[in-house]
Amino acid sequence: MNAPQTSDMKASAIEFEKAEQVTVRFAGDSGDGMQLTGSQFTVSTALAGSDLSTFPDFPAEIRAPVGTTFGVSAFQINFGSSKVQTAGDQPDVLVIMNPAALKVNINELREGGLVIVDRGAFSKRNLQKAGFEENPLENDSLAKYQVIELDISALTLEAVKEFGLGNKEALRSKNMWTLGLILWMFGRNRAPITDWLKEKFARAPDIANANIAAINAGHAFGETAEMSSGLRRYRIDQAPQEPGLYRTVTGSEALAWGLVAGAQLAGLPMMFGSYPITPASPLLHQLSKMKEYDVITFQAEDEIAAICSAIGASYAGSLGVTSSSGPGIALKTEAMGLAISAELPLVIVNSQRGGPSTGLPTKTEQSDLYQAIYGRNGDAPIPVIASHNPEDCFDVAIEAVRLATKYMTPVMMLTDGYIANAAEPWKIPDMKDYTPFPATHLTERPAGSEDFNPLKRDPGTLARVWAKPGTPGLEHRIGGLEKSYDTGHISYDAANHQKMTDVRKAKVDGIAKDIPAQQVALGGDSGKLAIVGWGSTFGPIDQAVRKARAEGLDASHIHIRYLNPFPANLGDLLARFEQVIVAEMNTGQLMTVLRDKYLLDATPLNKVSGQPFKISEILAAIRAALGAGQ
Amino acid sequence: MNEMAKLTIKDFTSDQEVRWCPGCGDYAILKCLQRTLPDLGARPENTVFVSGIGCSSRFPYYMATYGFHTIHGRAPAIATGIKLANPGLDVWVVTGDGDGLSIGGNHLFHALRRNVDLNILLFNNEIYGLTKGQYSPTSHAGTRTPSTPFGSVDRPASPCDYALGSGARFVARAVDTDQKNMPEIFKRAHANKGASFVEIFQNCIVYNDKVFADFAEKPVAAEMQLHVKHNEPMIYGKERNKGLRLNRDALALEAVVIGENGVTEDDILIHNEKSKVLAHMLTALQPPDFPMALGVLYSNPAPSFESAVFDQVDTVRAKRPKADLNALMRDGRTWEVA
Repeated sequence: MNAPQTSDMKASAIEFEKAEQVTVRFAGDSGDGMQLTGSQFTVSTALAGSDLSTFPDFPAEIRAPVGTTFGVSAFQINFGSSKVQTAGDQPDVLVIMNPAALKVNINELREGGLVIVDRGAFSKRNLQKAGFEENPLENDSLAKYQVIELDISALTLEAVKEFGLGNKEALRSKNMWTLGLILWMFGRNRAPITDWLKEKFARAPDIANANIAAINAGHAFGETAEMSSGLRRYRIDQAPQEPGLYRTVTGSEALAWGLVAGAQLAGLPMMFGSYPITPASPLLHQLSKMKEYDVITFQAEDEIAAICSAIGASYAGSLGVTSSSGPGIALKTEAMGLAISAELPLVIVNSQRGGPSTGLPTKTEQSDLYQAIYGRNGDAPIPVIASHNPEDCFDVAIEAVRLATKYMTPVMMLTDGYIANAAEPWKIPDMKDYTPFPATHLTERPAGSEDFNPLKRDPGTLARVWAKPGTPGLEHRIGGLEKSYDTGHISYDAANHQKMTDVRKAKVDGIAKDIPAQQVALGGDSGKLAIVGWGSTFGPIDQAVRKARAEGLDASHIHIRYLNPFPANLGDLLARFEQVIVAEMNTGQLMTVLRDKYLLDATPLNKVSGQPFKISEILAAIRAALGAGQ
Repeated sequence: MNEMAKLTIKDFTSDQEVRWCPGCGDYAILKCLQRTLPDLGARPENTVFVSGIGCSSRFPYYMATYGFHTIHGRAPAIATGIKLANPGLDVWVVTGDGDGLSIGGNHLFHALRRNVDLNILLFNNEIYGLTKGQYSPTSHAGTRTPSTPFGSVDRPASPCDYALGSGARFVARAVDTDQKNMPEIFKRAHANKGASFVEIFQNCIVYNDKVFADFAEKPVAAEMQLHVKHNEPMIYGKERNKGLRLNRDALALEAVVIGENGVTEDDILIHNEKSKVLAHMLTALQPPDFPMALGVLYSNPAPSFESAVFDQVDTVRAKRPKADLNALMRDGRTWEVA
């Protein structure tokens, strides 16, 4: 597909208004197809050349009872002609498919925002299910907003009449009618979506045609609408982007490809052991499709077997990878200790979600940092690195593989539910630009040694040799019992345990010499205030600091990818700021680690509502810290 | 293939001092396996012993092969990963009644049902030895231990029944000191391409001594042990005059004496190792009314898990011979920014 498409801008009674950034949220019942609508609108937005960021927000229930508030599914997209890094603080346009969606989402809409409502779904029964005592469309409860009521249900039934579908089947196209209207609102080309429908429903042309008819009808509705309808149209210029080939990518896709890329750069086959868990499962789904890439996927019987199978594979010479979310990571803890003790490469991906316990499976949080850094029995250090947005997952996954294989250690890679599901435009990388880091298996007994010591170390990295079964002359035994530094055999010797504990720590600490120095993401490298973050808070922090600086406030943004060990210069860098605020979606975990490491007196800015930070929340904290008014 | 020098017990014996209690049944099993492996054509470099935690799980340290002493109960899962990384390796799992049936029961179940090509040796001593003598999931009800001073109240599990119920395609049983029959069982287990489950009655001399005395001790062995062989009548006894007959009305096995009450050798049931129903009947036999059934109780091979995994990979690779990550990332909807 070629240049961004902004056709379909035929004459209409309603003129385009220019806008820089717009946030749209689609909200309806779980069965209303809001995620599909959102993801198709995302593709259209990307093809139109906007920068964008999305936030799918769906319930943990697969199909909650129809019409209930806990069954509401939403998809938010922020797009514009300038850099977009968050899914938007508040929607400007809210599309509402039933009363429950209105109830759950209306308070998110900015004052004066546009709400498009399917009046046809506001039946007495649906109002009751959503807990409305009276119809909000018939009182003044929505007076703060511009409300456009359309009987989308009836309009859809009319549009697909000719295909002879049943009532229920026909109403399934409601989301496509709505999408058609929204495409018209932003002057978008329908062809990529109608092409996609033809392909998706190749075996059921009636369904494809009904959906296409619904899109066209929604579009035509806008085309023929009068000014008095209240409908508006927005033109958004293309965002400046680096030249190159682009696509949209979700965190899970970038992560899967990054792991495969990492394994290729290391020259190793990958064995991925995993157990289904929200929100980590998409990674298992992605990798299981990639069998021709030297990837074996294994859906194990539980989280423990998943990591153990990966450890077994690493022992046998492959790259073992496992993935889960907090509760599953907790189950893997003992096995992580084994991989630390046996000094085997392993990548553990944690797609964090709200906790503790089962917590909020589909909501995002960053509350597993302590678990990642400290959560094992014994002195059991591992490197911990975090990706900060979907595209960053690609490079961070490669880095996780590099560290795991170079240092013969498990590596924890942190991402979260928001990153895993969010999509954004991605300049597609070229593997030719990446330097390989081939892993080596020992092929013969080192000269001059009578007994083979599997714990023989590289003096620089302190990594042990990797000898895989099947190699004559290197037969050896490893395990979770303490081993002698000198021979690799079981040792209960006191001095040896001290030495082995020290060397395990020194090995991980030494990684600080092998990672890039901490950079400042935005602003000066000293000054009045640094906002420090990690993981998926990058977008809102960056935007907030950008705005603060535009107001003349001396604020900088520092975003930490390497959480254990920290980059060697981090302590000095932070010390150059008068104040440090650590913004994170937990109760202050990074702040505590920084205080522990550098005796840094940082101020926490915490949010654990299951929703990402808003730019305004961080901006308010910056203004307050610097004594600026609101 | 090159003619390789015949290996001996020395090639499979590591230089590590064995640390089991003097008189432990584990010694006999270790020696028997070290002695048998050369006869199986095994190579130390291609052999991996994986274990969990417990007395039996120290086994890998004493083998001059590759070995991985892992964590409690998880050996089957780690061994599965090894086979998925390198299906050509000869992988043995050594576990016990606590490791394999208590904390690791889930992994054992799945390794058996998937039919991963592993030789799983479960040393059953009906006690937790390494933690100093608590009762285990195979202890008889009423077993008095530090954690059950008034006797255990729960019913024991039967390892072979568990294996059969899990879908194991190879189930065998042996006695630790039986150096005559054990090599053949190891040989059969090794030859089976899939999960081979072998329960070995293993005497814990410190915490559960003589728990198998009613059938394992020398003086009673001939009378109380039935060594089954495929297609051969199930005869036992010092005089070889005892056997098992099928009572068709009760649908149960009965112990009979040839020459008494009109019983002839023709009445004795022939062992069919492909019959799962018969295997279940054999595992249910308990002394003193019946002999303990030993040998290959069930063997009905099926393709192994990893062979199915790699067949599928081959099929996909044949259809998609080009694995180009750059191309994959550029597949689908893309756009060019000039």
